Amino acid sequence: MAKLNTTRNVAGADDVYQMLIDAHEGLSKAESDALNARLILTLINHIGDGEVIAEALALAKG
Amino acid sequence: MNKIFEIPLYPYARSADQDAAAPARHTVAVVGAGPIGLGVALDLAQLGVEVVVLDDNDKVSFGSRAVCYAKRPLEILDRLGCGVPMVDKGVEWNLGKVFFDQRQVYEFNLLPEDGHKFPAFINLQQYYFEEYMVARVREMQAAGKPIELRGGNKVTHVTPAVDKVTLDIDTPDGPYQIEADYLIACDGANSPIRRQLGLEFVGEVFQDNFLIADVIMEAEFPTERWFWFDPPFNRGQSALLHKQPDNVWRIDFQIGWDIDRAEELKPENIDKRLKAMLGDVSYELEWSSIYTFQCRRMEKFHEGRVIFAGDAAHQVSPFGARGANSGLQDTDNLAWKLKLILDGTAPETLLDSYDIERIHGAKENILNSTRSTDFITPKSETSRIFRDAVLDLAEKHDFARPFVNSGRLSVPCTYDGSPLNSADALPQGPARSRPGSPCADVPLGDSFLLSRLGGRETPRFTLLAIDTDAPDSLTVSGLDVAVLRLSAQDAPLLADRYLGTAEGAVYLIRPDQHVAARWPAYDETTVTAALARAIGKEQ
Repeated sequence: MAKLNTTRNVAGADDVYQMLIDAHEGLSKAESDALNARLILTLINHIGDGEVIAEALALAKG
Repeated sequence: MNKIFEIPLYPYARSADQDAAAPARHTVAVVGAGPIGLGVALDLAQLGVEVVVLDDNDKVSFGSRAVCYAKRPLEILDRLGCGVPMVDKGVEWNLGKVFFDQRQVYEFNLLPEDGHKFPAFINLQQYYFEEYMVARVREMQAAGKPIELRGGNKVTHVTPAVDKVTLDIDTPDGPYQIEADYLIACDGANSPIRRQLGLEFVGEVFQDNFLIADVIMEAEFPTERWFWFDPPFNRGQSALLHKQPDNVWRIDFQIGWDIDRAEELKPENIDKRLKAMLGDVSYELEWSSIYTFQCRRMEKFHEGRVIFAGDAAHQVSPFGARGANSGLQDTDNLAWKLKLILDGTAPETLLDSYDIERIHGAKENILNSTRSTDFITPKSETSRIFRDAVLDLAEKHDFARPFVNSGRLSVPCTYDGSPLNSADALPQGPARSRPGSPCADVPLGDSFLLSRLGGRETPRFTLLAIDTDAPDSLTVSGLDVAVLRLSAQDAPLLADRYLGTAEGAVYLIRPDQHVAARWPAYDETTVTAALARAIGKEQ
């Protein structure tokens, strides 16, 4: 049974996307990569469920 | 050659003003005979305000330029008497497709709502758009309306004063001067008047170039908007294909910042791009151009008696069709206010609400078009990685599709927070019709609601009473208010668009068809106060 939510779940997609892109403004590629890594780990902690993370990883790998 | 944009439609003709001993005085002078200048002039002339339009050119737009027109500006033009020919000639479309490399990753349908006189969008070459507006000017002149269109009249200098503006004009017969109570500058993104007055125009510059090719061809493509990210025929860049009337196809190629313009515009180089995209088709190149853009606006849209509208006041990227569409919302907002001020019915400070409301609109348009541009032209490697990730995911996963941004199409502006609005006294009414909103159309038998709302010959407010009592007539602050009593029994969509869960409602509607106030029932004192507020006479 899939636990990962793959239905639309973000109100104001454009606002959130801009927040993400703005956070990277002025950073070098290395700094951006590091920010992304910290962001992913933070969100993993928020999700807190290994099964969900595994499903998300599988989806992202395509 | 007999293309409409090669024929002088308003050739220079000597005016009596050029022989006057002292500068002739006009009520309003409009500089620029593009869609915005003609729009404001038609609106003012219909209201009986004497207006002269000056343009250094004498033809309609050279090339198709603005091609996407949204429902709201068509409704505005209908109020001015020229919306229907636009739709008759234009190409209606609803479906958009987005491709990434060779794959279709996303498709959207504008899903137009039923019960509107006008479609969600039409494509129409700007030269036709302007041609129909010029035809309407001629009709109005024949009907005795005070409107004049002077081609070959180049405004070289403006001198603002407290009570008038003086214009220096150059013509084939030499220079002359006129004076006007108000000057409306619709002289485009590079507005010479804005520059001469040293007014700031700040914002973001995008380092990119787009090549437009308008080609005439018999093609099998459907009437849809097709957008490509990183296609094989334009690697690393984007492209757009859109149909216009007369088998003219608009093709935009993103071509990057460091380019040789003259080289790119050579027909043989355009031909290479077209062949790579379309295969071996035969076509005729009608027009080509290279454009760059900025997203920026003026701090204030009027300075004393000089008023700016359209691209002269605000400039956006073309993604979203927010240029001409927002400019016509400027003129819709401005004309009735200026009429009331000239009549002495409203205070001059009513013009401040033009700035407030239309700067609100410009901010919305700049935000949306900037975001689209950032998605289409990512500014950093990381931004591009996220963009491509969105497109990759979107092909298989619906959740990623709201992030795909190839242009957020123009929607009418709601003037939330405007000082002309009264507090919403009908919270059970639909949010779409809250104070500040443009009225949504509703079929009324064989006619439509919007045909019965708004200013035409006069800057008329309407009191719309649905399933509740209202007086037969109403005059407030010297203004005759039209009263329109309707029942949702006869027009079911009225309930959906104006009542919500309320049993009845009274709406006070401005001459530009925006809601000023709404209540569950009529009360003379409240309506009177709301009307005073809506014309800038806040108690």
